[in-house]
Amino acid sequence: MSGPDPAARQKGVRQSYSYPKYPFRRPAAVDSGTVEHQRVVIVGAGSVGLAAAVEFACLGIETVVLDDDDTVSAGSRAICWSKRTLEVLDRSGVAEPMVDKGVIWRQGRVYRGEREIYNFDLLPEAGHKMPAFINLQQYHTEEYLVDRAVTLGKTDLRWRNAVVDIDLDLDDGDPDDGGDLQGGGGALLTVDTPDGRYQIRADYVLAADGVRSTLRRAMGLEFQGRTFEERFLITDIRMNADFPMERRFWFEPSFHAGQSALLHRQPDNIYRIDLQLGPDADPVEESKPERVIPRVCKMVGEDLDFDLEWISVYTFTCRRMERFRHGPVFFVGDAAHVVSPFGARGGNGGIQDIDNLVWKLALVLGGEAPAALLDSYDAERLPAADENILNSARSTDFMTPKNQVSADFRRAVLSLAERAPFARTLVNSGRLSLPHVYAATALSTGDDDAFAGDGPVPGASALDAPVLLNGAQSWLLNHLGQRFVALCFVDPEALGDDWIKAWSKALASLTPSVDLVVVGRSDIASRSSIAILDDISGQAFARWAAKPGSVYLLRPDQHVAARWLEAPTVSVLAAALARAIARKEAG
Amino acid sequence: MGRLSTEPRITRPDDFYEALIKAHRGLSDEQSRQLNASLILILANQVGDFEVLQQALNLAQEDGVARD
Ligand SMILES: Cc1cc2nc3c(=O)[nH]c(=O)nc-3n(C[C@H](O)[C@H](O)[C@H](O)COP(=O)(O)OP(=O)(O)OC[C@H]3O[C@@H](n4cnc5c(N)ncnc54)[C@H](O)[C@@H]3O)c2cc1C
Repeated sequence: MSGPDPAARQKGVRQSYSYPKYPFRRPAAVDSGTVEHQRVVIVGAGSVGLAAAVEFACLGIETVVLDDDDTVSAGSRAICWSKRTLEVLDRSGVAEPMVDKGVIWRQGRVYRGEREIYNFDLLPEAGHKMPAFINLQQYHTEEYLVDRAVTLGKTDLRWRNAVVDIDLDLDDGDPDDGGDLQGGGGALLTVDTPDGRYQIRADYVLAADGVRSTLRRAMGLEFQGRTFEERFLITDIRMNADFPMERRFWFEPSFHAGQSALLHRQPDNIYRIDLQLGPDADPVEESKPERVIPRVCKMVGEDLDFDLEWISVYTFTCRRMERFRHGPVFFVGDAAHVVSPFGARGGNGGIQDIDNLVWKLALVLGGEAPAALLDSYDAERLPAADENILNSARSTDFMTPKNQVSADFRRAVLSLAERAPFARTLVNSGRLSLPHVYAATALSTGDDDAFAGDGPVPGASALDAPVLLNGAQSWLLNHLGQRFVALCFVDPEALGDDWIKAWSKALASLTPSVDLVVVGRSDIASRSSIAILDDISGQAFARWAAKPGSVYLLRPDQHVAARWLEAPTVSVLAAALARAIARKEAG
Repeated sequence: MGRLSTEPRITRPDDFYEALIKAHRGLSDEQSRQLNASLILILANQVGDFEVLQQALNLAQEDGVARD
């Protein structure tokens, strides 16, 4: 898999991680010469493509994953994985090994010079299964994803299978749509392997082939945006130190005069250092260990011994495609959009892409939703990409003032920040990735005004809370997702068993079927025919702004489709469900 | 007597900061200084209360001294 720049691997720089080597198996079509047919092909086994594969697997859908390499992400790239990413990956059983291995953090400290001007807490409340962030090397994340895909057994992982071309101009036999681009004809992929070339005709393709996407180029699609001139040194060092588990950011530290610096702790005694170098820095010179070592010494202290794990010098860009869907091809992750790393919005944004897309494809493939549902991928993820680009571009701008006035304002903001709290809100060292709210989506039903905007609004993602299930500790989010859920908040004392039976039966008969999940304030589960999640701390009711009778309709990606403060009728809920899958109701 | 608030009050801080920097785009140094001067006067009028403005001036002055 592609790293930044292989030339950056110099003498004296050695990664302690030993890369797995995944086996190449000769695809049957290489010998038969026939065109293979597949329903879903994922091009690229990066974190985004692999996350899509495991989510598909959990939904019972087999996929083929093609990757041009035979190992995980080379070099040193993503480290910060957000709470939402972990929640998405927890549905497929990948988050637990990540959290076990990762460095959990939620605090950030911002310094000017050597003085702390303020700190922030990204998750100041308890009662969430997943932490605000973990730091974990991208290669570990990808390795866990591969392991999971293998365990689930529904993913055909084809290493050293490089897609070299794609043809959409296929006739699906439908004379009305011009024969292409409507998804009916699928896509024809040409794949090169060490043993020869073959072709796959895929009903749907996920283009997860990274920032230099072959598919994007082969289809002649544009990738527009902004390149920042500033150069940044990114180095990973290994040392025995016990720096706190937090994000530390310096503006104008004395150890790196006039520039900015970022320090993150990773597992395996590895630390990530980002140093701003200015626009005129020479990337070749600056990647030499003899240049890097003194910079690091000044930062971590002369008396600490360390080894260099990785060095690279980057410039950053923010770009996106005009549209992510092109007929049967869906661009996801870096292939669709890239951002500068401040805010950790690249990989985390990509995971949200597949969170949004996979369930839609699954329902359409299963004949439970109209193909029109797939149009909502662009409608929902283009604004999300814009949000990520806006935030990461602003952070980069703040770090690299382009003219005298912006330098002046920045100086004023930084120097006011210590004494005047308002100025802290203007200091921008990165706005860290949050789940996007699909505010304007046509899949949502208008909000129930009775909530007065409290709790998760339609389009927002679900909020976690600790619950008890039959007396055992559990988490609300683990009961939501991968199918439509009607989350009902009840008063168990007042609730009749008949109501639960009637509702779960009515909801199960809808298409797609809806699962009933019931949350109450006390556990009298034994009395009813369905387990009630006991809201032991009251946090579920509070976070969801619910009262007994409140109902949320949740999509398979755990985003809110509709909600009612007072229980709706089944037909009202069914109408919201139809809307959430883009089905036009008769009349 | 009015009191200067230094707590966050700007509703969309990042949007504001970007708009502020954008307003200066393409201006000469002199034009920029002029824009800032006008902006200060406009905002001062919005604040209104002289006592508050005096406290703001004091804070900015301390800040200017602390800076070098
Ligand atoms: C220095 C740095 C720090 C970062 N930090 C963070 C962070 O902290 N948090 C975060 O969320 N993000 C971060 N990012 C961004 C993150 O690394 C990317 O957004 C993420 O890797 C995108 O994943 P992807 O799967 O879309 O693409 P990639 O990881 O690039 O995967 C693409 C895959 O497709 C394969 N491929 C390419 N072409 C073909 C082809 N023709 N045929 C078959 N296979 C092909 C490649 O080998 C690769 O395996 C960082 C990036 C950098 C550079």
